[in-house]
Amino acid sequence: MSVDSEAMAPPETPWQEFLRIFKKDYQALFGFWVLILLLVTAVAGKAFTEWWVLFDPEVVRLTDKFLPPFSVPSLDSLSVDRPFGGVYLMGTDELGRDVFARMFQGSFVSLSIGFVAVGISLGIGILLGGVAGFYGHVKLGFITIETLIMRFTDAMMCFPTFFLILTAVALLPPSIYTIMIIIGLFSWMGTARFVRAEFLSIREQDYVIAAKALGIPEVRIIFRHMVPNALAPVFVSATIGVASAILTESGLSFLGFGVPPPDATWGNILSDGKGFIFDAPWLFFIPGMAIFVVVLAFNLVGEGLREALNPKLRSR
Amino acid sequence: MWNFILRNIGQRLILLIIVSFVAHSFIHLAPGEPSEVDPMNPRMKPEDIAKIRAAFHLDDPLHVQYAYWIRDLASGELKSFKDSQPVLPKIWDRFLNSLPLFILATILVWTWAFPAGIYGAVFRGGVYDRGTVFLSYALISVPGFFLSYLAILWVVGWFGVPVISIKTFGLEHAEPAYKMMDRVWHLVIPSVMAAIGGIAVLSRYVRSQMLEVLSQDYVRTARAKGLDEDTVIYGHALGNALLPFVTMFGLLLPGLIGGSVIFEQIFAWPGLGRLAYEAILARDFPIIMTLNFIAAVLTLAGTLLSDILYAVVDPRIRLH
Repeated sequence: MSVDSEAMAPPETPWQEFLRIFKKDYQALFGFWVLILLLVTAVAGKAFTEWWVLFDPEVVRLTDKFLPPFSVPSLDSLSVDRPFGGVYLMGTDELGRDVFARMFQGSFVSLSIGFVAVGISLGIGILLGGVAGFYGHVKLGFITIETLIMRFTDAMMCFPTFFLILTAVALLPPSIYTIMIIIGLFSWMGTARFVRAEFLSIREQDYVIAAKALGIPEVRIIFRHMVPNALAPVFVSATIGVASAILTESGLSFLGFGVPPPDATWGNILSDGKGFIFDAPWLFFIPGMAIFVVVLAFNLVGEGLREALNPKLRSR
Repeated sequence: MWNFILRNIGQRLILLIIVSFVAHSFIHLAPGEPSEVDPMNPRMKPEDIAKIRAAFHLDDPLHVQYAYWIRDLASGELKSFKDSQPVLPKIWDRFLNSLPLFILATILVWTWAFPAGIYGAVFRGGVYDRGTVFLSYALISVPGFFLSYLAILWVVGWFGVPVISIKTFGLEHAEPAYKMMDRVWHLVIPSVMAAIGGIAVLSRYVRSQMLEVLSQDYVRTARAKGLDEDTVIYGHALGNALLPFVTMFGLLLPGLIGGSVIFEQIFAWPGLGRLAYEAILARDFPIIMTLNFIAAVLTLAGTLLSDILYAVVDPRIRLH
């Protein structure tokens, strides 16, 4: 076997390989474009409903209650309150508010709930999992750090997560930040477990041992050499985590503990709409389908990432 | 073997203690007191609130409250804050109501997920496989209550049967067969709704596990020696693929109990989930703590059982 460095070079970088596989996965690609569209919508939603108010989600027009989508405002409504473009694209709700404007604003709120919650849960999960995986053997008195952290994780996994979240949200003062933080605080267990498993296996890899032998400080070994190699599964679970945070938020809204008004989220538009399912079906179906499509897109992208990042799955 | 079981039970007991700490401290760390549940009531004087706080030991330090809770729980004298009824019988009644839902949902999950996942893995990449994979993503992506409402509309509109609550009111004098069918309809729809998420998740695990096994050397050997495909798949691969799922049994339980809060609320089913919801609304701490604790204990028992079963069916496990 010749050791020719030219011949040994891999034909493509890991990133190119990842792109090649990801591009072949039509479902994931579809999800990816939906998410790009969503991201643009969310930023535009924030911009056009709060900074430069083209669509005002909070204007109440009692003369225009329950108008179906694409209807024109009645003549009684004040001209300053007319929606942008002079048409209710998604109809109006029980207070005559423009559902399109509310959905537009809600896209940013719903997405930020997902991202912040996942950020918190990833932070806790990576920290606890990493410490348990790297410093696991260190003894604190009579038990090791690993035992301490992992037994706590196991104990938290025994509880019904949704019930814990519901209890905490119900007891704390209602606000959008409470919901984000609570969802994040109660969903780190899975991340901690697999980050620990990744760290345990990476710790024994040759390049880490080589780095130790070179006398590189531990902090640098962890953050420069180990964390980037443990991140692939974290991305996957982050993507799926955003999806489940959005679903959890809609579940909380259904039980009456969602984001309090006037903030609109897709979850609370949907749960407000459920009371008018016969009279104004668009109030129920538009947010329901929006949540469905977006969560589906996150799940498909997550699965596509998993396939593309995992060499073991690829070979089959 | 006994050694293994004893060690497992020992670990679970330690976890049980941590679980009880978490269940207790979690609720007391959050602000919001049971004595504040009715702040607008003019008849509620400060001395009344003090009386309530003293009666429920709310002024004691946390570890003392914990001791009271454990003592009352163990002696069965724990009382609800709301109506001073003993907690355990209350939970037991509701548990019996929820039990048919849990059992039917579990049966549905385990009987649907396996064929769906195995068939998808065997015919990987086919129309059926792609269809079910996509469908399982779709099903975990729908908000549970959205789908339930659609199901209710469909069932009520199409079959003309009521599905809300346990049974239809005022059917006491109907024929037994009619009453029976009424109960079945009321049970099936919420169970299916509660099971859908589990089916979607579990069938994906089954599929990937089956794919993993099908790529093993012994499957290749079995094919190489000329066995027909059915023997290879059902005789050699299937058993090995199913083995790890013995351990999933306990882990699906928290999801079922947590999900029951939403589904029992939708279907007005007077079970554990509704009890939990009512307790949260009333700041009824003993019920909330005990429910959390019991759910965790059930999960612990479930995982213990499945670990032991796993060790029985797969002797390799005991070596670790």
